[in-house]
Amino acid sequence: MFRFILSRLLYLVPTFIGITIIAFSFPRFLEGDPVLLMAGERGVSPERHAELSAQLGYDQPLVVQYFDFLGRLLHGDLGTSLVTKKPVLAEFLSLFPATVELGLVAILLAVLLGVPIGVIAAIKRGSWFDQLSMTGALVGFSMPIFWWGLLLIIFFSGYLGWTPVSGRISLMYFFPNVTGFMLIDSLISGQDGAFVSALRHLILPSIVLATIPLAVIARQTRSAMLEVMSEDYVRTARAKGMPRRRVIGVHALRNALIPVVTTIGLQIGVLLAGAILTETIFSWPGIGKWMIDSISRRDYPVVQSGLLLIAGVVMVVNLLVDLTYGLINPRIRHR
Amino acid sequence: MTLLSRGLVAASAIALSAAATPVMAKTFIYCSEASPEGFDPAPYTAGSTFDASAHPVYNRLTEFKKGTTEVEPGLAESWEVSEDGTVYTFKLRPGVKWHSNDKFTPTRDLNADDVVFSFERQADANHPWNQYISGLSYEYYNSMDMPKLVKSVEKVDDLTVKVTLNQPEAPFLANVAMPFMSIVSKEYADALEAAGTKEDLNNAPIGTGPFKFVAYQKDAVIRYQKNPDYWGTAPLIDDLVFAITPDAAVRLQKLKAGECHLMPYPAPADIEAIKADSNLKLDEQAGLNVGYLAYNTTVAPFDNPKVRKALNMAINKQAIVDAVFQGAAEPAKNPIPPTMWSYNDAIQDDPYDPEAAKAALAEAGVQNLEMEIWAMPVQRPYMPNARRTAELMQEDLSKAGVQASIVSYEWGEYLSKSMDPGRAGAVILGWTGDNGDPDNFLSVLLSCASAGEGGANRAFWCNQEFSDLLQKAKTTADQAERTKLYEQAQVIFKEQAPWFTIAHSTQYVPMRQNVTGFVMSPLGDYTFETVDITE
Repeated sequence: MFRFILSRLLYLVPTFIGITIIAFSFPRFLEGDPVLLMAGERGVSPERHAELSAQLGYDQPLVVQYFDFLGRLLHGDLGTSLVTKKPVLAEFLSLFPATVELGLVAILLAVLLGVPIGVIAAIKRGSWFDQLSMTGALVGFSMPIFWWGLLLIIFFSGYLGWTPVSGRISLMYFFPNVTGFMLIDSLISGQDGAFVSALRHLILPSIVLATIPLAVIARQTRSAMLEVMSEDYVRTARAKGMPRRRVIGVHALRNALIPVVTTIGLQIGVLLAGAILTETIFSWPGIGKWMIDSISRRDYPVVQSGLLLIAGVVMVVNLLVDLTYGLINPRIRHR
Repeated sequence: MTLLSRGLVAASAIALSAAATPVMAKTFIYCSEASPEGFDPAPYTAGSTFDASAHPVYNRLTEFKKGTTEVEPGLAESWEVSEDGTVYTFKLRPGVKWHSNDKFTPTRDLNADDVVFSFERQADANHPWNQYISGLSYEYYNSMDMPKLVKSVEKVDDLTVKVTLNQPEAPFLANVAMPFMSIVSKEYADALEAAGTKEDLNNAPIGTGPFKFVAYQKDAVIRYQKNPDYWGTAPLIDDLVFAITPDAAVRLQKLKAGECHLMPYPAPADIEAIKADSNLKLDEQAGLNVGYLAYNTTVAPFDNPKVRKALNMAINKQAIVDAVFQGAAEPAKNPIPPTMWSYNDAIQDDPYDPEAAKAALAEAGVQNLEMEIWAMPVQRPYMPNARRTAELMQEDLSKAGVQASIVSYEWGEYLSKSMDPGRAGAVILGWTGDNGDPDNFLSVLLSCASAGEGGANRAFWCNQEFSDLLQKAKTTADQAERTKLYEQAQVIFKEQAPWFTIAHSTQYVPMRQNVTGFVMSPLGDYTFETVDITE
């Protein structure tokens, strides 16, 4: 097992270096630098442009800038935002809990709905339920998030008035940020109704964010179930007269879940990508919205270190999934 | 349905106990469009940053009178200008109180030290507060040419400050009314320095303005409280909250649902629906802006004014105003908007006449002309849809025998490529005024000085006669005299036609029916000391 963990960790090194290169070069491929965007329609003289670029450290050759970035990184310095002048790591940490909270609720929703839908669709293969849910999954998977979010807001918040339009909690509540998780902070605050308000604000954004993972998980569960159901041991279990419920629950589902767990792990990346749009629509103060703002302002340090941090989170989650997988299935860790 | 009953319905709908509402002070919620970059107004340039910092929290020596671009006394009660127009002596208002927060309690009122400090920290790169956070730059101070203009700022006594200029400059009083010249507390700065938390000047602002800063939760909410000791008319609301909501469609939904009282920048397509909603009302005002198409006047055949004139006749301006601005704009014939003093209304716009345009082109010896029209990718207050505008122009030009192709780039790229003097195309762009002075349009956008590399003169048009008029106007104190000079300059502009002037767009502010007292600013500022909520 130790060797397995070590080999997985070693894989991370080249991946990490690759990510630093991509994270560094991506924002610089976009034309229009931070100085120009700050000046806007007004324009900026070449002298002033050079002066400001030098002040910000962007007059150096790219290679020098890259190694400078890497050097600071190894000292744990992720840089400072060009716009807010705050350390990138501090900004990330202040915004990340909002994204995690939304992401967790969304993935919970996707799993709690996706797995049962997939199982039922597999058992009742070819039925109206199967066809309806799999068509739904295809539609959900192809849904443009921005349009879908707006549609839900207009219907549920605007027309029916059931859910709040955007934000994390009603503005009448005001309490200190303790954990950054609104559900927890609202409970700590002890203010009447704060928790319910935070929960209500989570409904629409988590539905929007859960849509794609839900579709993927439902489809994956269905096909894994179908595969397992045709295995010999399932037939044997059936043949010896085991109750159908037990065959599905114990023999089929447990084995079918192994690839599903991997899929769920992979959805973390999808979730973080989806968070960018979801957060923008719902004015959700998380890292997705932060990245969008930073890209449009060419805030290089935030874009490059933000990408790195997000990639780091995805890598760690994938590593954990790999390790869990190794725990569940001994054949993998000995391979 | 009120917000509360809506909440009750929703809460019961998800089978959870309903929220009890805490007793509320009068809270006004503004759905702002962007996060502030910081709370020190000097190093930033975005309007949304000034709305969150300069306007609620701070004051300036002079202020723009609400709803106008007229300059009136602010922290300076009065001022005297020397005979030659180079020395300004400001008399400060006595008894102006600074805000306090949990880490700072002021021991004195506003005085001349604060004013000197507010100038010097921007002017002097070696000032200990110039780089109190490394990487700060004072772009407005620089782009308004203050470093060249201001020779010295001296304290005469506690309530008198003398500013000496290198040359007379008529727009100076309007410049100091701009957000970047907000007066910050020197005593607070000293306290922060002693505590080793200089960056709090940008995080936890202390000002003299109508509202005290309370808290900012990044990208989500900014909270302010009424300043009970405000030297001006005290605000009518107790709390002011900014709910940061970047998407215009979502802002409107929030306004409709009663989650906020007022919002900026509605999408033009939503205007009719807002007018039809009985819970909402809509304020409108001619904007202090211009949208234009700038030819590259250094490249043939666009270096010939006759060609530019001919092209201007080929484009149907009214059709653009109707289709793109949905009527919410005035067709532009001058580079400055009609609400600005010195607007020359005697000027006749070029008529829309495709046949005459064709003939004029032929006369100028231009045949089978091909050109690029650049359409910016973003919506701005002066231009709701550049792509659609470009398409209409393309269609019109083809009737005059001109083949136009439409080009667009991502915004950052657009800004940089359009500044290239070798650029091929005519560029759609625009401007919103900073301080209501005609110089802030004409010099910034059309003078020879701004035609250099990196300037805002995207037509690269340099007409010496025009530029001389502007220079003369700038150093003349008498407004009637200046008006004449600017009127003359507009005549030259019209003859030379470096731009096809498109429109001056109307600005809209949707709000709940129960909001009273909001005053629209021609400068596009959102200020709330006069608003109230009636039930």
